[in-house]
Amino acid sequence: MPANMIVCCKQVPDPEAPPSVFKVVNNKMTLPPEVKPVIGQYEEFALEAALKIKDTTGGKITALSLGNNFVRDVIKKSLAVGADELILLEDQAFEDGDSWSTANALAAAIKKIGTYDVIFCGRQSSDWDAGQVGLGIAEILGIPAVTLARKVEISDGKAKVERVIPDGYQVIEVTLPAVIVVTSGIGELRYATLKGIMAAAKKQPAVWKPVDIGLEPSGVGAAGRRSKLDKLFQPVKESKCEIIEGETVAEAAAKLAVRLREAKLL
Amino acid sequence: MAEYKGILVCGELVDGKLASITTELLGCGRKLADDLKEDLSCLLASDAVGEASKEATAFGADKVYVVEDPALKEYQADSYMQVAGKLVKDFSPRAILMGQTSMGRDLAPRLAFRLGTSVATDCLNLSIDPATKLLVQTRPVYGGNAQAVFTSESIPQIATVRGKAMSPLERDGSRKGEVIPTKIDIDMSKVRTKILETVKEEAVGIKLEDAPVIVCGGRGIGGPEPFQTMLKELADLLHGTVGASRPPADNGWVPEALHIGLTGKIVAPDIYIAIAISGASQHTAGCSGSKHMIAVNKDPEANIFKESEFGVVGKYEEVVPAFISKLKELLAA
Repeated sequence: MPANMIVCCKQVPDPEAPPSVFKVVNNKMTLPPEVKPVIGQYEEFALEAALKIKDTTGGKITALSLGNNFVRDVIKKSLAVGADELILLEDQAFEDGDSWSTANALAAAIKKIGTYDVIFCGRQSSDWDAGQVGLGIAEILGIPAVTLARKVEISDGKAKVERVIPDGYQVIEVTLPAVIVVTSGIGELRYATLKGIMAAAKKQPAVWKPVDIGLEPSGVGAAGRRSKLDKLFQPVKESKCEIIEGETVAEAAAKLAVRLREAKLL
Repeated sequence: MAEYKGILVCGELVDGKLASITTELLGCGRKLADDLKEDLSCLLASDAVGEASKEATAFGADKVYVVEDPALKEYQADSYMQVAGKLVKDFSPRAILMGQTSMGRDLAPRLAFRLGTSVATDCLNLSIDPATKLLVQTRPVYGGNAQAVFTSESIPQIATVRGKAMSPLERDGSRKGEVIPTKIDIDMSKVRTKILETVKEEAVGIKLEDAPVIVCGGRGIGGPEPFQTMLKELADLLHGTVGASRPPADNGWVPEALHIGLTGKIVAPDIYIAIAISGASQHTAGCSGSKHMIAVNKDPEANIFKESEFGVVGKYEEVVPAFISKLKELLAA
């Protein structure tokens, strides 16, 4: 049975950028222009989970993203790797939301899309790391959710999910429709093929405003928040690493052993 | 309208005993409850709670709600949600604390959305604003590259707390508290998931969370084999165990259970030896509580050196064998 799948993706600043470039100025994270936006790492895993199902059982993938000022080439990566459609909830009013307003708007958009068997989300966004939106969507839509999925199979209106637990994993069966929140271990997102990139270039994403999903601008983004950001800061870290040197690397390594012994650490 | 009062800790059991994260939550919750001059309660839900209820008292709870039901043997969101939802409805706590654990990260957001309130996940610090009595929640963001302070006016206030971020109280067996067996009917027709199988895949030996010494390998190790040979030899020599950053776990070089970091295990050993790990904030989030960090990396600019006390710049294939050999000599002397 081909499945209708929705994958929620977020455009975030590249989380792999070196820690030294992350600077908080006036309560806002400011990053130099060389830090490019990307699709969040866990949303890439969510996309891969959907693509793996499309590979085996077929189906349709709709990528869904909320934000403002999307970089088209970044977010269209979802199409290039194999999603069939891309819907952007794009408006200034969507800016600076929290987990609540984001899940609420995504759930409203999913209701508008109407038919879905699985909604894939990443376990946490690579910027705010809250890990709530997938579960929030499930609660709002009144459907079950399985989190920390590292393998997903679909058959007969059910999904079989490997859920990571601290000392192993569980195999969980859930009836569809359901939200499946994906963690790493599902496999890196595949590369786009040239054919995929060319097909994506021809497709235009649908752009929906708050009114298109039945929400007032006062109920989305910053205006729809339930939590207030009082302060963003970076704790001061004092770095005092003693680098052990030697004529050769092996000598430095031996001196490290001696130094640690002297310091009574080992 | 009910009056919201007190702090509720949603506790967890591990192998029938009170989980260490729960003792930490009780330590933190005790302080918050004292600041409010209100009660600290603890919910323990399982098939059999046993002595853990008394332990919860010894670690600071005024009231322990014990819910025992065969349906609670293993965590499932739809059964636990019924228990937590009913208890919260009946007792209207001002704030609810859970661990940032497999259960807490799954349960807390569901509960928050169902109650129409907000939750701050993975908190490192919690306090009460004396003027508003709201919970002030500090949590890492941007993969640990910054921290944010949140408040919310929606009640109840919900937070999950990172393991090892808070200290438990000294255990006091003479503390007085009330253990309240609580019957909550669980409607199994509302449980929409089924656990078909539970598979343990932790490596044998010392558990990561309990190990005094951890030898941790990163992406730069390059494959599975050195984890089982070189890194293991060093770990064994120091009576420790082997861990990994995320890439080795994602690539299947080591089981996911060995993954240390923001989305893996949080550890705080005496000695943490980071080998071929660049030191991204997402990794150091899982080990920054270590007492002494030692780094081996071929890149002198690697961020891991900024987090470490001692370091050697060089290829791990050269550093580690020489380090092991000298160490053996010193330990034999």
